[in-house]
Amino acid sequence: MEILVCVKRVPDTAENEFELNSAGNDLDRDDLVYSVNEWDNYAVEEAIQIVDNVGGSVTVVTVGDDESEEVLRREMAMGANNGVLLSDDAFEGSDGRGIASVLKAEIEKGSYDLILTGAQADEGAGQIGGMLAAMLDLPYASLVNKIEVGDGKTIKVGREIEGGNQEMNEIELPCVLSIQTGINEPRYVGIRGIRKVASVEIPVRGAADLGVDASVIGKDNAKVKRVDYFVPDLGEGAEMLEGSTEEIIDTLIEKLKSKGGL
Amino acid sequence: MSSLIGPASFKVFGFFPTALLSFLIPVVGVAMFAYIMARRVAPLVRAAPDQRFDRIPERIKNLLVLWLAQYRQPRYRTAGIVHIVIFAGFLVLSIRSTSLVLVGMFDGFVVPGFDGVIGHIYNFFKDYAATAVLVACIVAAARRGIVKPERYAVPAKYGKDHTAEAIFVLGLISTLMISESLFEASNAAFEMSQTGHSEFLAPLSLAWIFRAMLVSASQSTLQAMHIVMYFIHDITFFFFLCFLPLGKHFHVITSFFNVLFMRVDKGNIKPVKYGITEAELDDLESFGVKKLEDFTWKHMLDFYSCADCGRCSDQCPANAVGRPLSPRFITIKARDLMFKNYPLSGEIYKSKMLVQDIYTEDEIWSCTTCGACEEECPLGIEYIDKMVDLRRGMVDEGMVPQSLQKPLKALEKRGNPYGTMEKKRADWAREKEFAAECPVKIIENGDTADTLFFVDSITSFDDNIQEIARRTAKILTRAGVDFAILGKGEKDSGNEVVRFGEEMLFQDLKSQNTEAILESGVKNIVTADPHAYNALKNDYKNLPPVRHISQVIAEKIREGALTLKHALHPEKVYVYHDPCYLGRHNSIYEDPRQVLDAIEGLKRVEFEKNRDRSFCCGGGGLMLFYEPEEETRMGVVRVNMAAEAGANVIVTACPFCLVNIEDAIKVGGFEGKIEALDLTELVEQHLA
Repeated sequence: MEILVCVKRVPDTAENEFELNSAGNDLDRDDLVYSVNEWDNYAVEEAIQIVDNVGGSVTVVTVGDDESEEVLRREMAMGANNGVLLSDDAFEGSDGRGIASVLKAEIEKGSYDLILTGAQADEGAGQIGGMLAAMLDLPYASLVNKIEVGDGKTIKVGREIEGGNQEMNEIELPCVLSIQTGINEPRYVGIRGIRKVASVEIPVRGAADLGVDASVIGKDNAKVKRVDYFVPDLGEGAEMLEGSTEEIIDTLIEKLKSKGGL
Repeated sequence: MSSLIGPASFKVFGFFPTALLSFLIPVVGVAMFAYIMARRVAPLVRAAPDQRFDRIPERIKNLLVLWLAQYRQPRYRTAGIVHIVIFAGFLVLSIRSTSLVLVGMFDGFVVPGFDGVIGHIYNFFKDYAATAVLVACIVAAARRGIVKPERYAVPAKYGKDHTAEAIFVLGLISTLMISESLFEASNAAFEMSQTGHSEFLAPLSLAWIFRAMLVSASQSTLQAMHIVMYFIHDITFFFFLCFLPLGKHFHVITSFFNVLFMRVDKGNIKPVKYGITEAELDDLESFGVKKLEDFTWKHMLDFYSCADCGRCSDQCPANAVGRPLSPRFITIKARDLMFKNYPLSGEIYKSKMLVQDIYTEDEIWSCTTCGACEEECPLGIEYIDKMVDLRRGMVDEGMVPQSLQKPLKALEKRGNPYGTMEKKRADWAREKEFAAECPVKIIENGDTADTLFFVDSITSFDDNIQEIARRTAKILTRAGVDFAILGKGEKDSGNEVVRFGEEMLFQDLKSQNTEAILESGVKNIVTADPHAYNALKNDYKNLPPVRHISQVIAEKIREGALTLKHALHPEKVYVYHDPCYLGRHNSIYEDPRQVLDAIEGLKRVEFEKNRDRSFCCGGGGLMLFYEPEEETRMGVVRVNMAAEAGANVIVTACPFCLVNIEDAIKVGGFEGKIEALDLTELVEQHLA
């Protein structure tokens, strides 16, 4: 099975403390460390496991700048066979539709049975999977937490339903799936793994190579624009506990006790 | 004639010379033994390289102390004494057994040099040796068959019971002792009946008793017994020789070599591959142990040498709390696989991935590398290096539990397992009140000092443990030590990174730290974290000398640079818990105790398991992030031990021990009854 997985380089939530920049329109990005979007990592692991079982190859693709190459290498160290970096100044500032258009152009250059995206990334919009499916006119399943590969024409995909129930759907190939975390246990990639693929050539494709419609990409063509970025004010009844961990715990216990929670 | 006819001249039914048998049995026995040994050596030839032919004086010392003097045996009193008797008996009787083989071919053969006084003295001892060995065998059999100590049991998941093999071998040894004595006693009884006196037999020895029993037997009975016992001995002897390499009694042959080649350094970890430099690591196809043949030949020899005594697992804290790890079966399972894949005849089978085939992932991650097993093994069998090698293999295959992937990634990106920003590493020293009282020099700000205080990650970042950093700084200041910290230039020491098999990440941390330390120009290093102490001392190279804070405090007290007040709480009972990486791995047992004892009026007791038998608190570094399957926490077991010792304050000298023991006090319901203190806290409270 030929599988393509869309991945994104994002600030790592575990190793950063997020603060707003002075302009108040984005994170303060000095001193941040980046890694592959967690959902995407699960998607790549799932793709590798499918290929291990039924054969085929895994291609990882990302839209980003030169530095995004590191996440492609990390996923290739995990076991993805090919990586493609879609990079062009013209892509900068694109909205979700713009990014999906770039990805679509790349996907149409190949022949894939299965296209995976993470359910969402750092911005939380969760829009790329659905848009891609629509643009490619392929069936789509979102928030997939289970995949069973069948005879080759169809696969079964699962989704967790409210209350912890599990639903299974049959879906025709080729299709697009957005992958939920927890679908598997992604393997570990150490420095050694990354060094092993350090010299593998990763093709870089720009707007011209892809022949992407210039009218949908870039900041000027974005139809969704971020207008504000802030830490919400404390709402009624909300309170941030302050102090050392010990003090916070003590206050919390006191509060729980006084409200009859303990 | 005052002697019976010996096996070299005897003829069965008057025509068949038994000398023929005396010749055939050893020839067949030795040939079979040589064949079996050649098959047993086969996997060692295919194994990974090892470096064990260096450090000869230390190796000879180990041989004398651990092999010849059986130094570790009496740590388990009864079994140890029984073993020493059998071992010593075997050594003494080896000469007799060899000469007996030749007696069957040449009448009256005597070992050169043993025909005079020496021979008489030897005979005296060997009579007693045979007797003592027989008694020891009976005691051992009773222990195996009737007393059945817990540590010999084989849990169902690890296969079938090993008692039958043990009893069978004790039977073989007893047969050797009895037949040898009867062979000698039958002749002596005959001499006695003919001449009224016989060769001197040691009073109350087996031979002496048998002679008394046989003195009235007929000549034909004695003659038959003399010959039959000779051949029972001869056949049993060669059968036993060939039987040894088939099971746990292989140690009778391999123990000499296993102790000779055992590890001579403590606290360090073997390189990924001997003969490969750190710079060449990138070129290696594969890392660590994945298949049987990835073990080094010495580690395979370990598997052959295990006597199945169960002492390792009896001391193993992971085993004690019900984690899926028993060091004894790490060895036994590997030995069974070696026997299966390298059978005595026929095809050699290919080994599969060991983790999956004979081990499980959780089993290998369960080890805290505390070293209790290695400290105990009378044969010098190693476990930590094997665990690390297996983990290296797992890391290379991406088989790392999710709970460990996060901290490992944080270590890669930020140099600490918490993922906190590098620039916050010295924040503990910037806390206002503390900074006013005790300013700390920071090398990143351009300060210099003689001594580097290496803080390490937990002490730098953990809210509670930062107190250890501040107290250490205060103590060093009071003792007049000129010190500084690296600040953001410091990375995690990586003690657990290398022990969890992430070699390349460790190499990165090591080179960053080494560069920062050497550039700082300090002349020596102090740390309050035994894990950092161990890594810097044993895993790094070319650093200035490293000391643990307990050593510095003890020295400053001796020099008079630090004085401590009378105990603030003379009513409390203190107990010192030896951290694995201070005690077992680095032999620092006395300095922390001297510090406690320097506080006048402080009442101190000992754990029953103290010093080199200290019980691990649950492990440090990355082990804090691992979520093991277990029935209880090691820390809870340890706190229970403190309660049994009658203590209400547990003093330790390691940040991880403090975390684990404090948690255990809460989890185990000891709050208000037992408290945990770091040595630095106790000392700081008592600074005069």
